[in-house]
Amino acid sequence: MNFALNRRLFLQASTVAGGGFMLGFSLPADDAEAAAAAPEINAWIVIQPDDTIIVRVAHSEMGQGAFTALPMMVAEELNADWAKVKPEFINPTEHVQRNRVWGGTATVGSRAVRTSHEYLRKAGASAREMLIAAAAQQWKAPANEVRAEKSVLTHTPSGRTLSYGKVASAASRMPAPKDVVLKPHTEWTILGTPKNRVEIPDKVMGKPVFAIDVRLPDMLFAAIEHSPAFGGKLKRYHEKAVAKMPGVRAVVPLFDTAVAVVADSYFEASRALTVLPIEWDRGPNGNVNHADVLAFVKSGLTATDPLEGASEGDVVAAIAKGAKVIEAEYHAPFLSHVPMEPQNATARVTADLVEIWAPTQNIEATLNLAAKAAGVDIGKVKVHPVMAGGGFGRRGGQLEYVPEAVELSKRLGKPVQVIWSREEDIRQDYYRPISSAKFKAAFDAQNNPVAWDTRIAGQSIMSTVNPDALKKGTDLGFLVCFTDNPYDVPNRRVDFGMRNTHVPVGYWRSVNHSQNGYFRECFVDEMAEAAGMDPYQFRRKLLAKAPKQLACLDAAAKAAGWGRTLPAGVFQGIAQVDGYGSYVASVVEASVRPDGHPKVHRVVTAIDCGHVVNPDTVKAQTEGAVAWALSAALYGEITIKNGGVEQGNYHDYPMVKMAEMPAVEVVLVPSYDFWGGVGEPGAPPVTPALLNAMYKATGRRIRNLPIVKEAQPRSAD
Amino acid sequence: MITLTINGQNHEVEVDPSTPLLWVLRDKLAMTGTKFGCGIAQCGACTVHINGMAARACVTPVSMVTDAKITTIEGLSTDGSHPVQAAWVAHEVPQCGYCQPGMMMAAAALLTQKPNPTDADIDAAITNICRCGTYPRVRAAIHSIAKT
Repeated sequence: MNFALNRRLFLQASTVAGGGFMLGFSLPADDAEAAAAAPEINAWIVIQPDDTIIVRVAHSEMGQGAFTALPMMVAEELNADWAKVKPEFINPTEHVQRNRVWGGTATVGSRAVRTSHEYLRKAGASAREMLIAAAAQQWKAPANEVRAEKSVLTHTPSGRTLSYGKVASAASRMPAPKDVVLKPHTEWTILGTPKNRVEIPDKVMGKPVFAIDVRLPDMLFAAIEHSPAFGGKLKRYHEKAVAKMPGVRAVVPLFDTAVAVVADSYFEASRALTVLPIEWDRGPNGNVNHADVLAFVKSGLTATDPLEGASEGDVVAAIAKGAKVIEAEYHAPFLSHVPMEPQNATARVTADLVEIWAPTQNIEATLNLAAKAAGVDIGKVKVHPVMAGGGFGRRGGQLEYVPEAVELSKRLGKPVQVIWSREEDIRQDYYRPISSAKFKAAFDAQNNPVAWDTRIAGQSIMSTVNPDALKKGTDLGFLVCFTDNPYDVPNRRVDFGMRNTHVPVGYWRSVNHSQNGYFRECFVDEMAEAAGMDPYQFRRKLLAKAPKQLACLDAAAKAAGWGRTLPAGVFQGIAQVDGYGSYVASVVEASVRPDGHPKVHRVVTAIDCGHVVNPDTVKAQTEGAVAWALSAALYGEITIKNGGVEQGNYHDYPMVKMAEMPAVEVVLVPSYDFWGGVGEPGAPPVTPALLNAMYKATGRRIRNLPIVKEAQPRSAD
Repeated sequence: MITLTINGQNHEVEVDPSTPLLWVLRDKLAMTGTKFGCGIAQCGACTVHINGMAARACVTPVSMVTDAKITTIEGLSTDGSHPVQAAWVAHEVPQCGYCQPGMMMAAAALLTQKPNPTDADIDAAITNICRCGTYPRVRAAIHSIAKT
């Protein structure tokens, strides 16, 4: 068969390629025209004559459930029939042209729900009032005689009804109410009840919902290699060595830092790239090895000129007077994101239009990068929304694959899909920062903690993602968990020995809470031991003035049965970390084999995210956060050799699989007086709770990750 | 010219016999349900059935499967009615969903061989990586099928 896809295959494969993204509800052409013709009630809501309610979604869907949760918030106030709601991604070009009418598009920081709940619910409430006004006008009745329920308007005195679709056009011409009153959570019928995620039926069919699945007529595939050392440059390559290999169309240098082979299939491109002789100038850091990085970072622990963090009381004097002083030093490595869908993008650049498909956590960033790479106004760029095969912070802004695809399509004059191999994904990441912590705590003669001194050393994320902001001072975000430390100790200080290496760092699901939560909660266990107290009771005592943290801690301890009788060799550990606007506590039950490897039997996590939008999604995210934390705790470490990353694939950067995954129980304890995030906060307490359980099992503190490095070579089961 | 039997249909493809089945499916036949995750048989995103057995398409040269019955996620059912698909929907298993075609193909092969798998059977047979961490739901979904 010729490479060019035949028409039938193309149509099968191209639901994402065909224009608007309508997962699971691809409309026949006539309906699509009707949808286009139906007027907006407001920017978020289009109601079609057949009562279908299109709700626009501005945030990315990468498995975290925004594509369902955000429309739920609109539908609740709209009094919509949920079965008739059809989410649809926004067009980012239109978004910018309409003065960013759909709010923020950055899907980072567990923010989708907690930053948009107010304007989304107000959009729903406002549209509901406009529908009521339109129906009242039609019935020549006062608006207060009309009620809206489940997509139906009813004239209460007469019992007459109209469906939303029948008055949508008239409603769109009504003035939007100046102010609307939002429902209290006690009146919710859609929010707070588990709703099936709308795209799951397509996902279990293997339908093409991802950018990497885009297939266009005449498209080519590119494999790419970037400088193996950060800061290195492409010196030369020998194109002739691969030019005659099957399928190869071109070898293209990109931006001085990479070289791509373009071929008829990805396999052919990748095979040729493997044998392409490439010479790199490894750049100014080409001789840097991991020992150098470690020594540099750890020098921040003893720096005499640290950056200020936060301080209360007089920590130095209190430690000097302490009846007992304990000290400990902890370390956390660089970590890679490795989402299952490798980095990739497809571009089709023609004289009139630049089209782009790419996994992203910020569709406006995709738009801007494509426009810049093509050298055109955003009005000439069409971003096709797709779902991302994971994101985890990797795809928030550093989307190099977008300009790469645009450049390759421009050069080749055809659509091009560029795919990073897993090796490129791991070696060209923006890593969870490397960092260390040094603690001192002092106790009085009655074993009360009276002072807590913390030095953090490590690499600020700002140093990579926003160096201009860093120049203005420090990066207080790096000290989170300490600047907002809820434990009540009278004299406290945290400061920062900032040590920015040449390795690019970035936002890795749960970000600075990931390492600081582990540092803090492990040291709290050490403090509890020094105070002669049970680690749960010690936390309770110090959280007396932090009711949210305390309630969450109690909920986890109760659900897990803290202190219950466990099978021989199994021990419990506990930790609590608030972050992303939510409160989370975990109890881990684990045993440790004679070779030092843990077996995690059970994790119980309690989460107070304020308001719960889709309970099943909150549970799923919290379950997933356990796997995220465990992979890192057990195995995760990125190391540096000759200026670049040593690891390259899942064999040397392993993940937890089914056999290592514990039973997970998630307890929702919403307190309904705030809106917190959900994607990230589940992860930070898991690692310290595990390490604290392992300490009980072995009597040995692990203060360096990953755990696999602290254990013996794994013996047979 | 190589003839492959995929989901009950014959496909003729002009490829180097060493080409992994994964890339024939994805790039030559536009059957993109089978995913690329690692290229070295570590993650299982590319899992298909070869004569009913789970196999990793990224390291399976097409020359090895010319006489075989190949099944991909697109052929598990035409309408999502396969018990594994139904259970995956009922348990809301997928998050991002990228690994799930491979995960479901591994689960379907396991259930064919062991209709009532134990937890240990599941641990041994399902060695796919899911970065979102859907493992507890994968396990629950498999057990729910075994019970029916």
